[in-house]
Parts: sequence; structure tokens; C-alpha cells
Amino acid sequence: MKRIGIDVGGTNTDAVLVEENGVVASVKTPTTRDVIGGVREALRLLVERLGGNAGAVGAVMIGTTHFTNAVVQRRDLAQVAAIRIALPSGRSLPPFVDWPPELKELVAGRIYMVRGGHEYDGRPLDVFDVSAVTAAAREIRDTDIRTVAVTAAFSPLVSDCEAQAAEILRTEIPGVHVTLSHDLGRIGLLERENAALLNAALIPLADNTTRAFSDAVEGSGIEAPLFLTQNDGTVMRADRARAYPVYSFSSGPTNSMRGAAFLSELDDAMVVDVGGTTTDIGHLKAGFPREANRTVEVGGVRTLFRMPDLLSLGLGGGSLVDESRRMIGPRSVGHELETKATVFGGSGLTVSDLAVAAGLVSMGDSSRVEHVDPVTLSWFVERSRAMIEEGVDRMKATGDPLPLLAVGGGAFLVPDQLPGISEVIHVKHAPVANAVGAAIAQVSGEVDQVFSGISRAEALAEAEALARSRAVEGGADLETITAVEIEDLPLAYLPGEARRVRVRVVGDALAL
Amino acid sequence: MLHYLGYRYRRVMTDSHSKLRPISGEELEPLATGAWVLGAGGGGDPYHAFLNMRRLYQEGTVVSLMQPEALADDALVAVVSSMGAPLVGEERLTDPEIAALAVQQMETHLGRSFDAVMSVEIGGANSFQPLMVAAVMGLPVLDADTMGRAYPEAQHSSFAIGDLQPYPLTLADVRENAVVVSKVASWKWMERISRKVCTEVGSLAATCKAPRTGLEVKEWGVLHTVTQAIELGQAVIDARTSKEDPVGAVVDHAGGQLLFQGKVIDVSRRATEGFLRGTARVTGLEHDRDSELRVDFQNEFTVAWIDDEVAVTVPDLICVLDTTTGEAIGTEALRYGQRVSVVALPAPEVQRTPKGLEHVGPRAFGYSFDFHPLFI
Repeated sequence: MKRIGIDVGGTNTDAVLVEENGVVASVKTPTTRDVIGGVREALRLLVERLGGNAGAVGAVMIGTTHFTNAVVQRRDLAQVAAIRIALPSGRSLPPFVDWPPELKELVAGRIYMVRGGHEYDGRPLDVFDVSAVTAAAREIRDTDIRTVAVTAAFSPLVSDCEAQAAEILRTEIPGVHVTLSHDLGRIGLLERENAALLNAALIPLADNTTRAFSDAVEGSGIEAPLFLTQNDGTVMRADRARAYPVYSFSSGPTNSMRGAAFLSELDDAMVVDVGGTTTDIGHLKAGFPREANRTVEVGGVRTLFRMPDLLSLGLGGGSLVDESRRMIGPRSVGHELETKATVFGGSGLTVSDLAVAAGLVSMGDSSRVEHVDPVTLSWFVERSRAMIEEGVDRMKATGDPLPLLAVGGGAFLVPDQLPGISEVIHVKHAPVANAVGAAIAQVSGEVDQVFSGISRAEALAEAEALARSRAVEGGADLETITAVEIEDLPLAYLPGEARRVRVRVVGDALAL
Repeated sequence: MLHYLGYRYRRVMTDSHSKLRPISGEELEPLATGAWVLGAGGGGDPYHAFLNMRRLYQEGTVVSLMQPEALADDALVAVVSSMGAPLVGEERLTDPEIAALAVQQMETHLGRSFDAVMSVEIGGANSFQPLMVAAVMGLPVLDADTMGRAYPEAQHSSFAIGDLQPYPLTLADVRENAVVVSKVASWKWMERISRKVCTEVGSLAATCKAPRTGLEVKEWGVLHTVTQAIELGQAVIDARTSKEDPVGAVVDHAGGQLLFQGKVIDVSRRATEGFLRGTARVTGLEHDRDSELRVDFQNEFTVAWIDDEVAVTVPDLICVLDTTTGEAIGTEALRYGQRVSVVALPAPEVQRTPKGLEHVGPRAFGYSFDFHPLFI
């Protein structure tokens, strides 16, 4: 199946056409402010490259940082109403409690806390106060607010209260959009609620953006379903992305790692992506980056998203080197390397300059760095090597030797031999690894739940079955689904051998 | 509108004003950081309790810290904790009113008012429990606890070591159910019965343990631990800010020892009898290259071996810190690849006595060997 992957980056929008055996064509065009213009142009260039006809394309996958940027830059966000169903618990820590004040100001419309929710073992926490939800819905109806986030205690285990609240809201408020926290995830009420609130705030933007993406694909003459990539390296159908924009947060690094894996035909490997300002290091297992097992802040808001576990070092091709203090980075000339680096006639001493002087790479005018002190050079080579070596060792989640994939513009910094690494591979097409990662993305299903009173094997089986059905709902082809992550953690102070089980499965996107 | 002006000074003040000082809003974060280190791998994340206190301070509340020396012998002290599963606390967020409810129930049961409030354990989330109670009830927080760290159960407290009376206990849940356990045969029975009630109300409850007199606290309490936690946390934060070594700051500040530096290479966990038990292995780096440290945990870290030789045991504190940030790593969050520094801090004196070791020495945690004194 032919697939088109598009990566909307901060600087460039890349598009690739990928087949089973590799990249057929790739193009690059500047990202436009409205995002859509760049996507349209990239598709036009790609079709042109293919001789005016892309042929039968199975799917178009777009990866974008548009929604993350909206949160970080505090723009295009809607006012939302928060309904939390957890009283009598949580009264002292209402919704938006730990948000940056200016973001709360922008997003917090109405806040309601009502009785209800559940316990960890499925018993009701309190009788659900349905009339309070109805009253809240009628109040919201009289405002301009049209997106609501609903969060109930232990809803990842029992979602009844949230579902019932959604029904009431939809009945009372015509045209309302409701985000339910259990659709976004995990145990951890504040973090899950934060995700639901951010999601609700992004709904109008997501609606416009996904619609415009669909129009752009249609306008290019390609007939294929549209998917958006998520932060865990999988995709969701555009209609689902419209309802869950937060799932596309930070999908870039994941796409880049997965793209590298595909291009190298390796599933288990370390990936080192040396960019202009940072080096991102991750561990690919079964073709996916390991997930971070901790809270992640987005625009200053604490959430629990499925983010790749990446180590970001302040070491890039543009990092500035302080000779006297023997320090590399974290300051960088960034994308201005080609004007500010010494080899390009600038006055800054960058990592690239020293790499040229040390003979690791050739670029610009090497005579401009001939004067560099050999002591500095040997210190630099040793230090950058040590940084990468330690980072790789830190992120490597197994003692066995693994291959390492070097990608990014500064990949020349990666030494040919590293301890615990069987082989260092410099990946072809590395500049478009991001778009390739988008093109090959699959559909996932995830479960993170507490099981008690059943055996470990039963709990794992039940979780996997549930994850599979979620993947199918998300557009996966049942035949191709496999489990990529099964993890369980026994829980202290809970009766009945309680354990928290996390299972993630993936399958190929079902074409039309 | 400072709430602390309303304290009941009746039996409390026997000394100058310096024995009672306001805790400033800037001390809350250091307290959370320091208490997390003293949790020795357990005790739970103080994040929600910290958020509660930050909100209360933003609204103008200030709580005071009282030195135990200022307590009258016949003063009455509430000993508080949050009991239950940390996971439940992630959904049923902690609430100062409920923390106070357990204490109010105890006052009703006794027909007497408290003069101060203290934590059962300074390690982890419970470090903030007395602050929340203090904010609601206008009581001073006593600069003391009963563990100087975190432990899994009530019989590990210094009051149990002192054979003080284990009852009565009150327990309140978020629905405002309240239970009084008026009499028990032993500290272990208190743990069993209260744990059962706690499970029934959803595995999370606020408790007020057996009330103590000023004399009992001064004799058997682990003193000045709130100050110790704040100062320890401040030392870590200062080291981070000035880009100095935060692990060294912990060792220097707490009079501890850096045992080992390395990388976590294996973690195994299992839950039995309500505890998270397991073992982690750390392979040495730099000075400890070619060595391996193994550390056991039962909610908290219990024993560490270096190359199969016992290096440190309970009751001394074993803290696993992120080598770069000095951030304490809980037993639930340990995983392969982490660069860690394993640090030992001296246990409170009371736990190192023969009677103390019966309660919190290695044999109390199921090991067949004795306490291995690391600090003289």
C-alpha cells in the first residue's frame, strides 16, 4: 500500500510517498504561518514529482505541532466549562488548580464540582448528583461556552458518570462539544482532567485545522483517508483527531525515531538524533520509542500523555563552545548556523566548527578554523563523545548490545564505536525521517487499568482484549494487531493482589 | 488576616516567642523536597498536599511551627497521618478539611482540645498532614514526628517503641464517615483493625493516632524533623540553583554517607501482604566501577548490599537519588538506566536502641541478620 506522510515542522513541511520497500519520492517546502498553505504546497510538489499522478494512495498521514504550539503560545484557545464528578473528594483542589495564571484566565469559563464518581474497586464513591449536572448544563447553555470537559473519579475504571453527564449536556446544549477524561487516559485525576480541559480548549482549532487538512488532500486530487499522527507514534483518523487534538502533542520526535527504524529496517535499536540545538536520544523497542513513565508538562500544565521517553542533551551542530570554560552548549546559533558559524564566515565558535577542525565533517571554509588549539580539539572530541556515550547508556533499557541509528544534521558527532552498541548506522533519507515516520504510522489501542481479585494472567489477557477492541475502533485492521507493550505493577496497600496493567497494541491502518 | 494569631496558647507557651514561628510560604517547596528525600523510597509524593497548602497560603493562611521544648508536659498533641494506597490518592485528592475531621472526632471522643499537631512520619506526603490540620484548626505544628523518615506501619513509630498506649485512634473518610477504635490489644492489632476499616472506605482515610502528652512527645518523639526536612530540601534546591552537587548537599546536610554511584540495571517488584516488595540492582560507575549494589524494598528501602556484603540496613535511611538532580527516586519509580547515587542517612537514636531495633531493625522486616551500624 502506498502512503503519503507529511511532517509540518517549525521550519519546513516535508512530504514523502512510501511503499513497502521504501521511500518513492520526497519533497520539502517552507512551513507557512497558517500551516495549511505549506501542506497544500507540499502535496502539490509531491504529485508533480510523481509525474502529476500519485496513483492509488492508501492513506495520508499528517504530523503537526500546531496544537502544541497553540497551547504553548496561548493562542486560538476556546473558553471551556469544567465539570468534575468526584465530590465529596477533591473539593479543596478544584479544576485548573495548578495552571499558569495567564492560561487559566484564557481557558477557564465555568467550574462545576458535583457528587459522584467511583472507587478503585468499582463501587460508587457517592450517589451521582444528576440534577447538579443538569443545572450546570442549563447555566452553560446561557453563556457562549460550547466546549465542556467532564472528569469523574476513577473514570478509567468505570466511565458511567462521565457518559451520563455527556448525554445530559448534549440534550441540554445544542451543538455542545464534550470531552470525557476517560477517553484521554490514565489514573491521576488532576493530570487527566488537565488533558481533558486542554483538549476541550483546542476543539474549535482542531475542527478548522482537520477540515482544512482534508480539503488540502482532496484539492491535490488524492483520494485517501486522512490520519493525524499521535505522540506515541501511531495515528488516528482525522474525524477522531478533530475530537482529540491533545493526542497529537509532540508527535515529531516519535515520528523521527520511527522513520529512522523503517529506513534502516531495524526494530530494536537506539536512536540518536543530533539537531541544531539538541541531541535527542531514545530507545526503539518493537519499532516504537519507549514511553515516558512520568508526568509531562505542556505549556506549563501537568499532564499524563503517552510521550516518548527521550533524553535531550544541549549538544547540536549549532551549539556554542566556550573554549576558556570548556563548555559545550546549551546556547546555540540554531538555524542560523550557515551565517553565524566560523566556517561560514561568522564569529561564533560552534560544535560544527570544531567538528570541521577535527576532521569529523567538511562544510564551509575549513581554513577559518585552522588556528584552533589542538588541546581544545582533543578536549572537544572527548567531551562530545562522552556526552553521547553517557546519554546512550542512560537511555538504553537493556544490557544486551544494540545497533544505533544516527540521524539529523549533526549525526557526524556520533562516534563509530560506542560501548554496548553493536554497530553505528548512518541512516539514508535522514532529513525526511519525520515524514517517513508519519507515513508508516499504525493505529493503536491502549489500556491502563487496575485489576483486582483475578490472577495476573487473567488480568493481562483481559487488558489485551480490551486494547485490541480499542485499536479496531480507532481504525486498525484486526488481522494485523500485535501487542507492543505489556507492563504490570503490583499495588501497595490494596487488597486482592491488585495490580495496575498497561497494555498497548498496534495494527495497520485499514484502507478504504 | 493571619490565622495563626488565633492559637490556643493556654498550656502551650512556656518559653519565649522564638519557640513558635510562622512557616513562610517559601518553605513549603523545600519541605516537600526534603520530606521526599527522608521518605527513603516511600511515603508517597507530597504534590497534592503541597498544592493544598500553597492555595491556603495564597488565601492568607499561615501556620506556625512550635519547638517541642516549648510544650508543657501536660499539653495534648494530635498525631496525624493519611493512611491508605497512594494510587487512590491520585483520584481522591487530599483535602485539609478531612485531615482535620479525624482530629475533631478525636477531640469529641476525648472531650478535650488539642494544643498542637504533629505527623506520624516526616517522610513523604505525611509531612504535610499536620500543616493541613493546623491550617483548618488554628493549631501550631509541632517540630517533630515519630519516625524521622517513612515506614510502612504504625508499630514502626517511636511511640510504639516506647510502648506507649496505642489507642484510641480516629479515622475519617471523604464522605465524613468517622470511626473510633477505642481499645486494642497491641500496636499490631491497631494496624490490623484500622487497615481493615481503611480498606472498607476505599483504601484512603485521614487518621488521628493515639493522643500524646507534651511529656510523652518530648521523651519519645523524633524531634526537630520538620526543620530538618525544610533545611535539607533547601540545601538540595540551593545546590541545584548554584549548579553544585545536590547529592553532596544531602550527604553533608544530613550527616550521611555516599555509599555508591551507578546505574540501575534491574528492578523486580511484587506485592504481598499489601506491600510493594522487591529488589533493585545498581552497577557501579566511576569510583564504584566493577562493583554492584543490591537494594531491597518493602515500600521503603530496607537493606543494601555492596558485592554481597551488607552495607546498610534499616533503621538507617537508604535514599536513592538521581545523581544529576538530587531528586529522590521512589521504589515505584525505579527503573533500568537511571543514574543514581545511593546515600545512607543515620536513623534517629531511638530506633538504634535494642528496643528500637526490635521494631524497625532488619529482623522486623523479615531478615535473619542484625542491624549493621554504619554511623557511630
